[in-house]
Amino acid sequence: MPKINLSHFEAAFLFSLFTSVVMGITSKTTDKERRDYGAYCFACFLIALFGIAWLMKLGHG
Amino acid sequence: MAAQTQPAAHPATPINVWLPPVILGWVIPGGGHFLLKKTGRGALIFASVFLMFLFGLFMRGMMFTPQSGDVLTTLINYGGFVADIAAGALYLVAAMFGYSQPDVPGDVHDYGTKFLVTAGLLNILAMVDAYEIATGRKD
Repeated sequence: MPKINLSHFEAAFLFSLFTSVVMGITSKTTDKERRDYGAYCFACFLIALFGIAWLMKLGHG
Repeated sequence: MAAQTQPAAHPATPINVWLPPVILGWVIPGGGHFLLKKTGRGALIFASVFLMFLFGLFMRGMMFTPQSGDVLTTLINYGGFVADIAAGALYLVAAMFGYSQPDVPGDVHDYGTKFLVTAGLLNILAMVDAYEIATGRKD
């Protein structure tokens, strides 16, 4: 079985993508709402990802 | 005094209506949606859960086993085990082929463990969705 080494960003990006797709599908009732909510979740994941990364960088000086 | 509106009571749906999609959704991620003719959603759920589980395996994530200890250890191990099993056939096939990864330090392994657990948790969401579709609470 192949072994892959993803960076923090790559792993968090994939995690955000797959999770957002399923959350979008299961949380809303119409296709437009699902698409919008999935995109919203994905954007929130990425904002949190970059925000926390910058906080840690600035916190460490 | 404002009249209070009671939520409409859903008539009890027979178990033979909702159980097959839920069981199939557990065994094959998205399978419940396929059974309910929601093929697009089923395909997206299958792809997401399958790829997340596969990446978890490729990153050599750890599979939880039921282990007792202090409260936190018990909670983490039993919770992780239930979440791993929730991935259905993906978990069963990986276990059948002898996938066994010890808990080793490293960020990639740690991400892999989270990927495996989250794949199961996402499948639980999909099973609940299939249940709601089968009982008519959602389209």
